[in-house]
Amino acid sequence: MDLPLPAVTPETAPYWDGARDGKLLLQRCLACRAVRFYPRRTCPACWSPDVEWIEASGRGRIASFTVIHRPPAPAFAGRVPYVVALIDLDEGPRMMANVVGDRALEVAIDDAVEVIFEARGAVALPQFQRSAR
Amino acid sequence: MTSTLRNQAIIAGVAESEIGKVPGVTGLALNAQAARRALDDAGMTPGDIDGLVTAYSVAEPYFMYGTVLCEYLGLKPGFCASMTMGGATGAILLEHAAMAIATGRATTVLVAVGENRATGLTRDQAVAALAAVGHPAFEAPYGPLIPGFYAMIARRHMHEYGTTREQLAAVAVQARRHASLHPNSHMKHPITVADVLGSKPIADPLRLLDCCLISDAAGALIVTSPDRARDLRRPPVWLLGAGEHHTHEHLIAAPSLTRFGARESSEAAYRMAGVGPGDIDFAELYDCFTITPILEAEECGFAKPGEGGALFAGGATTLEGRLPVNTHGGMLSHAHAGAAGGLLGIVEAVRQLRGTEGERQVKRHEIALVHNEGGIMSSHGTVILGRERR
Ligand SMILES: [Zn+2]
Repeated sequence: MDLPLPAVTPETAPYWDGARDGKLLLQRCLACRAVRFYPRRTCPACWSPDVEWIEASGRGRIASFTVIHRPPAPAFAGRVPYVVALIDLDEGPRMMANVVGDRALEVAIDDAVEVIFEARGAVALPQFQRSAR
Repeated sequence: MTSTLRNQAIIAGVAESEIGKVPGVTGLALNAQAARRALDDAGMTPGDIDGLVTAYSVAEPYFMYGTVLCEYLGLKPGFCASMTMGGATGAILLEHAAMAIATGRATTVLVAVGENRATGLTRDQAVAALAAVGHPAFEAPYGPLIPGFYAMIARRHMHEYGTTREQLAAVAVQARRHASLHPNSHMKHPITVADVLGSKPIADPLRLLDCCLISDAAGALIVTSPDRARDLRRPPVWLLGAGEHHTHEHLIAAPSLTRFGARESSEAAYRMAGVGPGDIDFAELYDCFTITPILEAEECGFAKPGEGGALFAGGATTLEGRLPVNTHGGMLSHAHAGAAGGLLGIVEAVRQLRGTEGERQVKRHEIALVHNEGGIMSSHGTVILGRERR
């Protein structure tokens, strides 16, 4: 059984295209300038449909996290224990990812992290690792 | 035209189905069993019912669950809806039943919720249900697990306020003790804080005994117009206040990890009822995980932000305490079957308000608060119930 792939829609395709190029892309509203996550066609702050894509720094901090011991599906069994975290990006929005790499299981709230990309099927999945910062 | 639901509807009858592992019985049959028992509790007959509201079923995923349940029960009502607000559904259904009664759209509404979640899921359904957890593109690929979402909320609470694992465990221990005094609860054998802390790790900091059960269960309410109060088999319980609030669906979109919509939903219910947290004699708080009632106790005004853990660990929320909470054992120990868990809190509040619960009976039982929560602290419904009209 394979790890789940994200459902890619026309609304979110630029995000996943960016990830394949090693870039974390966010949307910024052209009307109210709010940066949003996840990508969508309507600004949740002002309902404007006018949007631009910006490249995020890829840096953020851990808002919270958990260590998963019981895999939600057989595909995750080989990964436990693994970290699922909420990451506050420097640009403002909050996203979810796994914390992977060196000392991932020692992660703490407020730790600085930076994006990397995991190849999964035809998709590149944004993930985070602890940064030296 | 009235703008409040205060004193506009009464709960005339309540019931549970068989609870626990009930193999070979469909969820619809559990709903029907609870409905028949509730009707009997009220001293009414099926012909009295002219409205039905219900939830949904993961195990029996009918597209129009409300009309399917009407069909199963042979009801042809003038008011019917099925609602999908996760765990918040029960309290919100009661609110909607009262709205129908207050506006004259119905006189007597059956609220029935439940499913055979323990024994009725096929393996494919169980896998699909787990895979459906979280946003399909921006959460699910990371393998978050439902307990994992609440674990992240728990960890943030621990980080900001110093809430401890032992305080979380106290919630589970107390729930089990209360369930041990309930004749129809799923889990009765006593547990200790050490048992909770030593149970299997699921999503750190939550362990197995921090997580609710998976049961076959249904609950039902008969909600009717106050005009009917004199015809009933039992003294009515009054709906004094109701509120709901919805802030997000997915945790990545939650406005905060420590402040949720239970504040607004409970404030709306208090305002309608004309009471405050200090007037509440006991509370039934949604407890899908041990962190959840801690958050709700804070948001409903029973403890200051950050002090919910101490409220539970200090014993204030036991049957003998100043604010008994989850007097039936909640979803951690009494029963959890989809949206039924929250509704069963309302069933318990009605029984405690009547004062019929014997060894489990709380001493002060004039006014109760029930809070239901759905999603990941996403949707909130609060109801305030009273033994007398106010
Ligand atoms: Zn905008």
